[in-house]
Amino acid sequence: MIGERRVRREDVRLLRGEGTYVDDIDLPGAVYLAGVRSTEPHATILGIDTTAAKAVPGVLGVYTAADIEPINRLWRQQLTHSSLKMAVQRTLPVDKVRFVGELVAVVVAETRYLAEDAAELVDIDYEPLPGAGNYHRALELDVPIHEGIDDNVASHFSQSTGDVGWALSSAPHVLRETFTINRGGGHSMEGRAVAARWDTSLDQYTVFDATQGPHQARAHIAFALGVPDEKVRVIAPPDVGGGFGPKGGKYPEEILVTWLSKQLRRPVKFIEDRYEHFLTSYQEHQQEHHVEVGYDGDGKLLGLKDVFLHDTGAYAPSLIVPLIAGTTVPGCYKIPNIHIEFRAVFTNKVPCSAVRGAGRPQGVYVMERIMDRIAEELDLDPVEVRKRNLIQADEFPYAVGLTFRDGSPLTYDSGNYPGLLQLGLDLFDYDRQREIQRERRAAGVYRGIGVSIALEGVGIGPFEGATVRIEKTGRITAVMGAPPQGQGFETTYATIVADTIGVDPDLVDVVTGDTAAIAYGVGTFASRVMANAGPAMLQASIEVKDKLVQTASAMLEASAEDLEIAGTEIRVKGTEAGVPIADAARLSNVGSPGVNLPPGVVPGLTSTSYFNPSSAGYSASVHACAVEVDIDTGEIEIFDWVVGHDCGRIINPLLVEGQVIGGLAHGLSNAMYEEQMYGEDGTPLTTSYLDYPIPSARELPKLRLFHQETLSPLNPLGAKGAGEAGTLGVPALIATAVEDALRPLGVRINHLPLSPGLLGDLIAGAAERGAAERGAA
Amino acid sequence: MTSTEAVTLSVNGQQHSITVEPRTLLADALRGQLGSKGTHIGCEHGVCGACTVLVDGHPVRSCLTFAVQAEGSEIETVESLGEPDGGLNSLQRGFQRHHGLQCGFCTPGILMSLTQLFREDPSPDEERIRDQIQGHICRCTGYQQMVEAAVEESETNAKEGR
Ligand code: FES
Ligand code: FES
Repeated sequence: MIGERRVRREDVRLLRGEGTYVDDIDLPGAVYLAGVRSTEPHATILGIDTTAAKAVPGVLGVYTAADIEPINRLWRQQLTHSSLKMAVQRTLPVDKVRFVGELVAVVVAETRYLAEDAAELVDIDYEPLPGAGNYHRALELDVPIHEGIDDNVASHFSQSTGDVGWALSSAPHVLRETFTINRGGGHSMEGRAVAARWDTSLDQYTVFDATQGPHQARAHIAFALGVPDEKVRVIAPPDVGGGFGPKGGKYPEEILVTWLSKQLRRPVKFIEDRYEHFLTSYQEHQQEHHVEVGYDGDGKLLGLKDVFLHDTGAYAPSLIVPLIAGTTVPGCYKIPNIHIEFRAVFTNKVPCSAVRGAGRPQGVYVMERIMDRIAEELDLDPVEVRKRNLIQADEFPYAVGLTFRDGSPLTYDSGNYPGLLQLGLDLFDYDRQREIQRERRAAGVYRGIGVSIALEGVGIGPFEGATVRIEKTGRITAVMGAPPQGQGFETTYATIVADTIGVDPDLVDVVTGDTAAIAYGVGTFASRVMANAGPAMLQASIEVKDKLVQTASAMLEASAEDLEIAGTEIRVKGTEAGVPIADAARLSNVGSPGVNLPPGVVPGLTSTSYFNPSSAGYSASVHACAVEVDIDTGEIEIFDWVVGHDCGRIINPLLVEGQVIGGLAHGLSNAMYEEQMYGEDGTPLTTSYLDYPIPSARELPKLRLFHQETLSPLNPLGAKGAGEAGTLGVPALIATAVEDALRPLGVRINHLPLSPGLLGDLIAGAAERGAAERGAA
Repeated sequence: MTSTEAVTLSVNGQQHSITVEPRTLLADALRGQLGSKGTHIGCEHGVCGACTVLVDGHPVRSCLTFAVQAEGSEIETVESLGEPDGGLNSLQRGFQRHHGLQCGFCTPGILMSLTQLFREDPSPDEERIRDQIQGHICRCTGYQQMVEAAVEESETNAKEGR
């Protein structure tokens, strides 16, 4: 069963329009919360007048920082880091705003229409302050964005291995380049959504939250409200309309909706609209990498120094994006001396946090650009340069010498990068593609070839848990803390449980993302769930099966070794003697008068297991494609795209393919389409899909996909992670292919995304340079 | 602003008389008052296609349509799809077989657009299929598997002479 292509059980309800997303949950008497958001990138709040808004019929209340004082605590950062300076953040800002979209007040009304009407009537008096829409400006801003952090630097962090200074000074060749890359937002099709109901008799909140981490949301809300965790039950519904990172963040609306449900004695709902998603859901922003790399005459890497700037927005919920970007740079290449250093800078923009890929596409882009430039300098084939530097299949575990974001050494668990690359090249027919390129070039067509290889640190801990329980009905309930946002957990984890116990997967019900169903959980992000929850589910299933066998062995007076599971029964092998699993569960879970379990048989066919991996694992992916560029329009057409990936043990290839292709679409969007733009002072300029294109089925070419399965030694399933693998190598791939296409013109791609406008400018610039050079000669 | 109007809407063959404001969006009326929660709202500005329903047989953005505009029209939503026996129809089954959906949020809108396409042309080619769904954003799937499902539906129709 594990490894089989199984269609998803989730699909039936979703295809009928019967999925239940947060906004579909029926909460009788619910009222609606609308946000009043800052229109200024950086300003002091002089006063807020809520009189007119409060007078609107149907409005139940308007709340500013002053009104929520008892719960307006200082937030803890989501993930701390020794280098990260604590920035002041509260649910509602008290004295100043730091980005356009920052929540300043909320209105609650009988309908959403009324709440939004009234929100427009809240009058906020601002005294504007100079703002920064990028790190360069922020570094020069006279006004600190956070009191006490005068240089606007949230973190300055570096780490090294070997002696990069020596390596660069002694290398036969040294390259210096600057690369910038701007990544956008998550843009799940369902925005953020949270609804809460307060139970009078239990003094308990039930919160339905389209979150990637219900247990983290519980901690966040309970901390703000000053109540024990048990008073807050957070449920991430089984149907969440995409996550992609931003839904893993902590947001003020989660606290306010919950608190107000008690204040108003009415369920309260907040449903983010797309405009709010542009303004307030976390994004990744820009990085600027200054790279120096030393190499020998064969193109072998000797030393790498990458010093970069990272835009963390108005707050730094964590440092994971720059930490991951930096540690992704070395990739699958052997580099003896490395120095990585970054400054994360506060700007007047929505806070930065992970978006599918989480810093990795940036790191891959930097390294793969370097490989191309080395190839160009040495007049070698770019694939050949990559091959000469790859870590070989017999070199695992491979210690890079740096520390990964989870605090563990950056040590690759397993892989076969030369093998994966070769499979990709063969399927792509690399040599033939180069011939086609020559033929097309001779015909005046700008055709290029791109190849990229990406590594992804996946499956980080600290842990996930699972409970498996055989019910007295004979059905099996499998509970996990991490919630899905479309990944198909119900199907996948039912497969693991059924395969392990030896029953039909249709007998297994999967419960996800409910803090009342399992005590602890971390969440769905960083391609981590399969490598954490998978082993936990496996272990819990093994333990439950063991209990079932012991119980049946007592009931049947047969030895455990002689028992087997057949359908819905557990039987003595080769005989007709058996008991229904349901009866064993009834005896063990409920008890049966007059029947005793022998000593040593533990009652209750249930087991909970938590798995904590010793470190992250490393998935790999390879992409190859050809492109043709129309130099008059800047249009890029993509051909023959091949993608291969290795995510360790595959539970369900059908679903893994979906993850890879979907991730790849996100990567393509980052390479060519999406760019969140801000004015110099931080005013957002792209706030609708009219300014911010996301590719449709027209822009996505057809792909050919292949798998390689190199098992991870870090967990008993051998699983790694597949959620982001498709995304990482794509920005690098497109940059590589387009630069190759335009090599006759000398166009250099040092910035992504590559919009037609930017590409047009680069082509025009190269043409001018060419003309000047011809003139000079 | 809060004056109301009575309208009669026909949704999936059933007549409903409801009271709405003139500004009430068809999407909101469908979701809030007419029990069609399968119609999703992804952008509220006419780009993502999640809210697509058929009005008199044409795909329409219900987030850009006022409920009052649909008075007297036949509205079809995702809830109308399926076999008479309650099972999934062949396009829906194809979506499941090919893993043409992940979070499912975009799916009802896309199914409605494809339903209209297959009525107009039972065996469109892949180009035509991609054109039809290009007005939809799916952030999860990269479209390939849903296109495969639609191509298979088209081929089946051609084979069976539909
Ligand atoms: S919600 Fe109507 S097009 Fe996006
Ligand atoms: S399946 Fe999630 S948006 Fe399409």
